[in-house]
Amino acid sequence: MGLIFAQLLTGLANAATLFLVASGLSLIFGVTRIVNFAHGSFYMLGAFIGYSLMQVLPGMFGFWSSVLLAGLAVGVIGVIVEILVLRPVYKAPELFQLVATFGVILVIQDLALLTWGPDDVLGPRAPGLKGIVRIMGEPVPKYDLALIAITPFVLFILWYLISKTRIGILVRAATQDREMVGALGVNQAWLFTGVFFLGATLAGLGGAIQLPKGGADLLMDFNILAAIFVVVVIGGMGSLPGAYVAAVLISVLNVFGVTYIPQSTLVLMFVVMAVVLLIKPYGLFGREEVAGEHGQVGEPERPIKPAGTRGRIIVGGLLVILAMVPFFGSNFAQVLITDIIIFALFAASLHFILGLGGLVSFGHAAFFGSGAYVAALLVTHANSPMEIAFLLAPLGAGGAAIIIGWLCMRLTGVYFAMLTLAFAQLIWSLVYQWGEFTGGDDGLVDIWPAAWLNGTTPYYYFTLLFGIGGILLLRHVAHTPFGYALRASRDSMRQAEATGINTKRIQWAAFAFAGAVAGLSGALFVFSKGSVFPTELELAKSFDALIVIFLGGVKTLAGGVVGGASLEFAKDFLTRFEYWRLLLGLLIIFVVILAPEGIVGASRRLGERLGFVDDGEGRR
Amino acid sequence: MIKVNNINSFYGKAHILNNLSFDIAGGEVVAMLGRNGAGKTTTMKSIMQLVRPKTGTVFFKEHEISRMAPHQVAKLGLGYVPEERRIFTDLTILENLEVGRQPPRKDAPEWSVDILFELFPNLHERRNNRGKTLSGGEQQMLTIARTLMGNPLCLLLDEPSEGIAPVIVEQMAKTILELKKQGLTVLLSEQNLHFARMVADRAIIIEGGEKRFDDTFAQLEAQPDIKEAYLSV
Ligand SMILES: Nc1ncnc2c1ncn2[C@@H]1O[C@H](COP(=O)(O)OP(=O)(O)OP(=O)(O)O)[C@@H](O)[C@H]1O
Ligand SMILES: [Mg+2]
Repeated sequence: MGLIFAQLLTGLANAATLFLVASGLSLIFGVTRIVNFAHGSFYMLGAFIGYSLMQVLPGMFGFWSSVLLAGLAVGVIGVIVEILVLRPVYKAPELFQLVATFGVILVIQDLALLTWGPDDVLGPRAPGLKGIVRIMGEPVPKYDLALIAITPFVLFILWYLISKTRIGILVRAATQDREMVGALGVNQAWLFTGVFFLGATLAGLGGAIQLPKGGADLLMDFNILAAIFVVVVIGGMGSLPGAYVAAVLISVLNVFGVTYIPQSTLVLMFVVMAVVLLIKPYGLFGREEVAGEHGQVGEPERPIKPAGTRGRIIVGGLLVILAMVPFFGSNFAQVLITDIIIFALFAASLHFILGLGGLVSFGHAAFFGSGAYVAALLVTHANSPMEIAFLLAPLGAGGAAIIIGWLCMRLTGVYFAMLTLAFAQLIWSLVYQWGEFTGGDDGLVDIWPAAWLNGTTPYYYFTLLFGIGGILLLRHVAHTPFGYALRASRDSMRQAEATGINTKRIQWAAFAFAGAVAGLSGALFVFSKGSVFPTELELAKSFDALIVIFLGGVKTLAGGVVGGASLEFAKDFLTRFEYWRLLLGLLIIFVVILAPEGIVGASRRLGERLGFVDDGEGRR
Repeated sequence: MIKVNNINSFYGKAHILNNLSFDIAGGEVVAMLGRNGAGKTTTMKSIMQLVRPKTGTVFFKEHEISRMAPHQVAKLGLGYVPEERRIFTDLTILENLEVGRQPPRKDAPEWSVDILFELFPNLHERRNNRGKTLSGGEQQMLTIARTLMGNPLCLLLDEPSEGIAPVIVEQMAKTILELKKQGLTVLLSEQNLHFARMVADRAIIIEGGEKRFDDTFAQLEAQPDIKEAYLSV
């Protein structure tokens, strides 16, 4: 009994950080409608800045001032990010904003590395709260009790601010209709900045306040990201009490999970989230999203035409060159191009559901990884020949996509995206923690292609065949009646339904198809590398694909392909520098702000201006 | 008070307003008439800068507002009452009014929650209810009251009589005349000619984003062909 109570207290104490960070994320989303991926980075900065301050400010007073100052400093950083990076893209489609915040993550990672170095730092213990107290015979750290006491207090202050002050009223009004708030004389730009300040401050406070329990390191940004998204989604986007309840729920379950089912700690959180969302699709305290609020804006898409003669000649020429590479290119060139094609296929499969289907998935890596793992597991455990494993991989990934798609399809917009993220993390944590079967962190190795494909050049041709084949298949499907129905469902669900299209079913089928193609790229990947690790299932991999599509251009079919190639090239080039993340992050941010149509869109526009390309209206 | 000068407004590539010009003097109540889709709402939004005219200028008092943000335009004393009402449904009536509140202005009548509750007694009864529980007529009153909280010099009223019961329409007409008496300038858009005649001094008719008529109601009566061509009477 005493132990259970003590564990409950630990859970409540852990909830403090989670709540602080998640409530900031929730606030920012509620008002600006931006899913701020950089929120984990704000949390990390709070920890590092708090640590540095605690080195110079002594004693109990110094400790708590450091926590507060760290929060405020991160708030100011949040304001800088908001003004420089987000203001220019508020009117852009949500993917742009996501990608912009992702660029911020990269930049902050390297700036933190530059400032604090690569080593983890151990957080100082809080002066005056160092010891433990015994509660029912069990030791409970005094600091935990302090955290438990502080959290409801913070919740109360936030609640008061939001529901009782003029600022809070304006914030809530802006959540519903920003434009109207502006037309009533409120400068909503500053309202947004204010909300960003508050949200970032909360994240910074969360980072600093957990120092005595967790310290600071360069991985904490991504490590907390999934958890705070889960909390916000379970609680209901934009709901503060929801964030609190969900933070407590997750933290307490986690403490008990560690004790009683230690193999499943990572999975647990996502299972809880999936269950909650299946029962209450918009979270415990959330409200249904207004449809259309998140729609793509900007210029209408150009009608996709079957390739013209010139297009065919260019693609044909490119294929010929690719086919010739083994005759003049180095081994390295073949390996690089193999990587690029695999990645381009993966990105093109995401583009299929995202660009054509309008379904923003944050978890597409799940299917790439599923393909790779299905193949690797078959080879490892069933001694299956490569050909069979290769064939079954897309089917396995497609099967996973059918199940996950069915579960996610009930939701739309950001909730859909979050649910895909959760399921991707679920698969990742399964693979990561089920070590006996999947190899866990050590991955699966010795997964080589069949003898007739062994060697760089044969496998190069193999990749060329299936990779380009897959991309052409995606393109072909986009032009079938199925592809048109998919686009119709994206543009106007109601109209499409009226013409007799079962939009949900169409989208579900597209999701499964894209998953299978992603699985194909995963299978190509695993046999080209000879191994697979859980990193292929990670969030960062899904984000890579999103960035790639964005770089290439959401509205063009070629986007995924060109973007995939560009990112692999850029990475290959940039990773030669020590601070390549900084460079890549800045590059992404610049593209977001300066060339929001992506590479393909921007070059087409340039082509139009120079008179090379038809602009689609008969003018030259 | 308001001077619209040759504006051209677009939604994407769709050209909606075509070299539209008109003036409104201080203290005037002007009705903008026209069929569905004529461009009335777009004109209001173009004045408010919610839609930015591609060419042409808009002046409010001595300020050129056509390069300003909507909130700056509002701060100068232009109050906008949108057609779709757009009250904040999750906020209470009192909170809705708070969103509209701006500091008093020397040259405009000053409003407060109490004065507005006298003008709209229904709102007083329901002051702590959320916006979404209000009837259509109550919502319309709330939108007007919310905008008046900004102590505007001039009101842009987009179809104030649309979709509300005849009794309330009459009450609305009285309210507008009361506002005029207080010295407010009003531009309202209407499809209800009867209502427009009750409150307005002058009519502007637009069709296809162009101005077709701009004169008194007496003149409009004398030209039945115009009435027939551009109004659904
Ligand atoms: N957001 C929009 N995007 C594209 N076209 C629009 C948009 N809003 C209005 N339009 C078009 O602009 C034209 C003018 O619309 P507007 O709303 O100004 O008309 P209105 O005179 O206010 O009509 P109503 O009496 O129905 O309110 C219409 O043809 C309409 O279809
Ligand atoms: Mg209108």
